[in-house]
Amino acid sequence: MGALTTEHLLNIEDLNVEDIHTVLDTALSFKEVNERTIKKLPTLRGRTVINLFLEPSTRTRTSFEIAAKRLSADAINMSPAASATVKGESLVDTAKTLDAMDCDLLVIRHRYAGAPYIMSQNMRAHIINGGDGKHQHPTQALLDLFTIRERFGGFEGLKVGIVGDIAHSRVFGSLAPALKLLGASVTAIAPATLLPARPDLLGAGYIHDLDEVLGHLDVVYLLRIQKERIDQAPFPSLREYARLYGINRDRLGRMKKDAILMHPGPVNRGVELTFEAVDTAANLLLYQVNAGVAVRMALMYLLLGGDRDGTLA
Amino acid sequence: MVRLETKSVVMDAQAIDRALTRISHEILETNKGAHSIALIGIVTRGDLLALNLAKRIEQIEGVRVPVGSLDISFYRDDIALHISPELHTTNIPFSVDGRTIVLVDDVLYTGRTIRAALDAIMDYGRPAAIQLAVLIDRGHRELPIRADFVGKNVPSARTEQVRLFLAEVDGRSGVEILQSSPGEHIGAAPLGAQNLESDETADQVQKLRSYTDDVEVDE
Repeated sequence: MGALTTEHLLNIEDLNVEDIHTVLDTALSFKEVNERTIKKLPTLRGRTVINLFLEPSTRTRTSFEIAAKRLSADAINMSPAASATVKGESLVDTAKTLDAMDCDLLVIRHRYAGAPYIMSQNMRAHIINGGDGKHQHPTQALLDLFTIRERFGGFEGLKVGIVGDIAHSRVFGSLAPALKLLGASVTAIAPATLLPARPDLLGAGYIHDLDEVLGHLDVVYLLRIQKERIDQAPFPSLREYARLYGINRDRLGRMKKDAILMHPGPVNRGVELTFEAVDTAANLLLYQVNAGVAVRMALMYLLLGGDRDGTLA
Repeated sequence: MVRLETKSVVMDAQAIDRALTRISHEILETNKGAHSIALIGIVTRGDLLALNLAKRIEQIEGVRVPVGSLDISFYRDDIALHISPELHTTNIPFSVDGRTIVLVDDVLYTGRTIRAALDAIMDYGRPAAIQLAVLIDRGHRELPIRADFVGKNVPSARTEQVRLFLAEVDGRSGVEILQSSPGEHIGAAPLGAQNLESDETADQVQKLRSYTDDVEVDE
């Protein structure tokens, strides 16, 4: 039997409080491994991990690939160009094909919400959601939780402000419910155009003015502004956004002394953070990336460990 | 947690004490002193025994040997069958290259834990040699592995468990034979059993482990 209450990680809600702490504790052990000279464990020898990334991504895909390889699993990367989906294969057919190749764990990133669920219904493999549309990005949330827990020791009573494109953010979709579950309070900070039509249904507080709450926050989490969508004009200009919601020297000075800045990356320098603020926050931003590998190793270990019965094949 | 019946006590605190003193002397005798050795204990009891041995070696020889702890969870050969969610951090604060490593565990049984530990140590470097010290050898080996230093040989049935309790973490010291139901898997014995509050246990373990904090390692 596995150590988690779920076989897949499709949504952050698949994990209960205990599961989340199990993942974070396990990740701590893998972090030690990642600091060794020989960063390799035999743990998942002979298991096959397929990274199916049907949306451009380097950092998340690389992070999953490194995680699988450090655990000695055979990691195969499939990108849009290499995949049969460009030839018109349906997602269900892709799932059945990969299943026939006896894949043990599938990481999928897809531009439509729910794609990981479809895979889980058509494959025997464990599924990890690597980001689906505007829905969820649970492994990002877990590495953020890891970083926050390392910094503050826990979550109870922490005040977290998440700033930016709330309406279209899958990072928010996973992180906000997890933080709430763990006892932190979450405030969405954005102009009305970047909030969903019914912000009252977010399950989090919301406010338009960053400066009003900045001095009370323990964690200031900046979402990436997707410049590629700027032509839909959610705000007049990047410059205006930066002036109202960007972290600059002045706002850094008004944050609580032990507050931290977080960002899922990649940072648009001069938009979410000024050049100066990026450099101030650099250590923690890189810590998030570093923690990402350990957290993904932990998930693979916990999902694949104990999933076979003892009978001889 | 399943409460297991104690069938018999095979070593009391004094017997453990004498066995550890003897093993310390044997380690020093075999290695002609303490300068090239380091101890690595397998969590959760082996690491405490390793610290205990290190203290005795210091008393006998006046040399502080480096001590590390090792969690072998990621090296087990049965990960596909079951995993324990409880992990302990591995801490080997010295280079194993060229050193003689004395691997320390409480109970030697199938040999699979030791096999995993050997692989784990090799991932840290290339020791000059690895020796094995165990408090109990209970037989039933499934791999060609033997111990260099043994506290006591305890013949046992597979349906039994042989477990070490240590005063520092369990509130009592002794080696006991417990009856377990067949097929039941029990991994590393939890610290603190039912006797101590977990905070208190953590403090005790912390105190024990602080022994290694000021060991100077000559590289």
